[in-house]
Amino acid sequence: MPSPDSGTPAAVRPAAISAQGWGWRHAGRTTQAIHALDLDIRPGERVLLLGPSGAGKSTLLHALAGVLGEEGDDADETGSLLVDGVSPKAQRGRAGLMQQDPETQVVLSRLGDDVAFGAENLCVPREEIWKRVGEALDDVGLRNSASGNFALDHPTSALSGGQKQRLALAGILAMRPGLILLDEPTANLDPAGVLEVRDAVGRCLDKTGATLVVVEHRVSVWKDLVDRIVVLQPGSSSSAGGSTPAVLLDGDPETVLVQARDMLIAAGVWVPGYVPATRPRSGTAAGSGAGFEAGSSGASGGELLLATRELAVSRERSRRRGFTTIPPLPVQSGLDAEVLAGQALTITGPNGAGKSTFALTLAGLLAPVSGAVTAAVGLSDGAGTDPFKWKAQQLISRIGTVFQEPEHQFVTGRVLDELMFGPKHLGHGEERVDELLERLRLRHLVDANPYTLSGGEKRRLSVATVLAAHPRVLVLDEPTFGQDANTWAELASFLSELLDAGTSVVSVTHDREFSSVLGGTEMRLEPALRGGARQEAGAA
Amino acid sequence: MREALTLRGNNALLTRANPLAKFVSVFLITLVLALSIDLVSASTALLGELALFPLAGLTVRLLWQRGWPLIIAAILGGWSTAILSAGSGRTLLDVGIWSISEGSLQLGVGFMLRGLAIALPAILLMSCTDPTDLADALAQKAKLPHRFVLGTLAALRLVGLMAEEWQTIGMARRARGVGSHGSPPQRVKAMLGQSFGLLVQAIRRASRLAVTMEARGFGGGQRTWARESSYSRLDVWVLAGGVVIAAAAVLAAQWAGTWHFVWLKQPN
Repeated sequence: MPSPDSGTPAAVRPAAISAQGWGWRHAGRTTQAIHALDLDIRPGERVLLLGPSGAGKSTLLHALAGVLGEEGDDADETGSLLVDGVSPKAQRGRAGLMQQDPETQVVLSRLGDDVAFGAENLCVPREEIWKRVGEALDDVGLRNSASGNFALDHPTSALSGGQKQRLALAGILAMRPGLILLDEPTANLDPAGVLEVRDAVGRCLDKTGATLVVVEHRVSVWKDLVDRIVVLQPGSSSSAGGSTPAVLLDGDPETVLVQARDMLIAAGVWVPGYVPATRPRSGTAAGSGAGFEAGSSGASGGELLLATRELAVSRERSRRRGFTTIPPLPVQSGLDAEVLAGQALTITGPNGAGKSTFALTLAGLLAPVSGAVTAAVGLSDGAGTDPFKWKAQQLISRIGTVFQEPEHQFVTGRVLDELMFGPKHLGHGEERVDELLERLRLRHLVDANPYTLSGGEKRRLSVATVLAAHPRVLVLDEPTFGQDANTWAELASFLSELLDAGTSVVSVTHDREFSSVLGGTEMRLEPALRGGARQEAGAA
Repeated sequence: MREALTLRGNNALLTRANPLAKFVSVFLITLVLALSIDLVSASTALLGELALFPLAGLTVRLLWQRGWPLIIAAILGGWSTAILSAGSGRTLLDVGIWSISEGSLQLGVGFMLRGLAIALPAILLMSCTDPTDLADALAQKAKLPHRFVLGTLAALRLVGLMAEEWQTIGMARRARGVGSHGSPPQRVKAMLGQSFGLLVQAIRRASRLAVTMEARGFGGGQRTWARESSYSRLDVWVLAGGVVIAAAAVLAAQWAGTWHFVWLKQPN
């Protein structure tokens, strides 16, 4: 990419990072998010940052990107953190940051504008901007590529998650940063999207030589791309003195992964080639330790609880125009499924196939477009056969649904209230709350605000709150997305226990290991044909 | 919802005009109509505006879909003016407290037409103007602070997302036992809770977006623009159109002798 006309052509000067005794306490917190960090990263190094949740990885990336807010308003900084010997805040555009949620990585509504945004803010001259935009789009494979070829005015809202993240990378590249910071860039993506983004990052680093710091739980994805792994641990910043340093381990990937394997596994890191131990289903191993009783009827494997017949699903509602009602276009149709007590049903398939939509319809949260969801007598217990018509309180004691984003389900401001919410409204089940607090390790958080928990804690809480109402069917939408290995193993073990105790578990997931722990049947959905059916319905 | 915010598929002539020129034209018409309350100026302006609709790619159906709240507001405004204003002339209708006289009817119809004539240009402007282009023009040509303009533009993109989020949160809360069925007070309570959930999500999304924007160097004093907002010959016509409609409204009212500044006392 020689560009003789601008002063500094390839122009990417890899950045160096130096942290000395650095620590940061967020406003309103009593302990530091990260504590006593000593770390030097040479220009051009590619570093994978690992550690359990709560180790301050995101805080470090935000600080390096210069977006950590101001010291003062009750937040506190100790030690020093410098990029090229200067405070990150003082050099806009030196670092580019990509976060987890693809929706908020896009700023503007046209593809080309979004890539240009950063460069505009850095006062890059107009001709140079469009040159950079073109190059960046080529580099991330959104133009002239098998994985995408979009016009500059393509609406960014029409991109998939993986494409949005690659777009964000293009926007970062157009700033020509010396430091690229990725904060769990693939946590919200399906397996295909993960590889898309990883490969695009690799290509861009090879080309620019920029320094990379990436935070990610899944080591296998990034292992071959980085040349150093740094493991952080939560610091105990008690003023008692003898505090632990933030860096637990530091070295080249092979060494760290071999030498510190056990340590990493204990910290919840996804070490390549290691699947965390989970409790086996009692069907395979004769473990009868189902310590958890589900529902009232106990284990009655195989009883039919819920069935769908010729079901067509859509998130949209029927529209009314004048006196005619236009039904929505189903994203899937002709679905027949059976949900059996004590058995798992796994719904798989590529993005956009309508997996979540199907699960939500099955769970009585969306109205079927056509066909029916029918609850058997054993489940409905006098509430009627159509779960969508049940009252909310009837629903939660029969079918519990755990959403992909735990925050969507929080209804109170305190963890304990959150757990008591269901039982209190149903008038029973409070005794289970105690058990759930213990089992899902939430006891120390009872007074915390749910929104302030870490990702893993939020996930455990959201599962616990739904289970507190004793549903016989549990529906989970991508429960393992973005979870560390410990939370993953806990969740899988816990669900296998529930299954053995007679609960039925329906999960939408891309996670093969997860579904193999649960066993049961798999239902694979392919994207519906965008042909005749769509047009036929659209003509109404 | 998200599609409604873009102009894809609309290739009408006025989409190519500079948003600022369109804005000034609309402002001129609105200003003139705000000065007088009379039938003639409002109807003249309304006729002129209706003639422009095809140029903006608008149809009656689209107009209704996008502007029905404004249209209904104008009609209600006219109705209430007709029944509430002081009576003059022959009484046409007298049912209890509602009485409509010739004078008050005229005033009411004038009010309604005025409301429509003021609302339509706004709908017209939004129908043929991409928010991105408007932001470009406001920041580059009108020299509004770019932080404000671009911040608003980025926030606008989140509005569509929030509509989807609203639905998801509604389902997620039902799955927690918060009903959308039930008695009206229960529904109102559930609605408030859902709004709070949406507000929380909106703030979180907004703060993440703010971090994204800041990390891309947004917030400095200076910036360049990848696309220049420029004027063309079309914009002269757009301005001229605005001036012609505004002037025609005034002249017609003057000629008919109905022009009446709002701040003067109503004639009997």
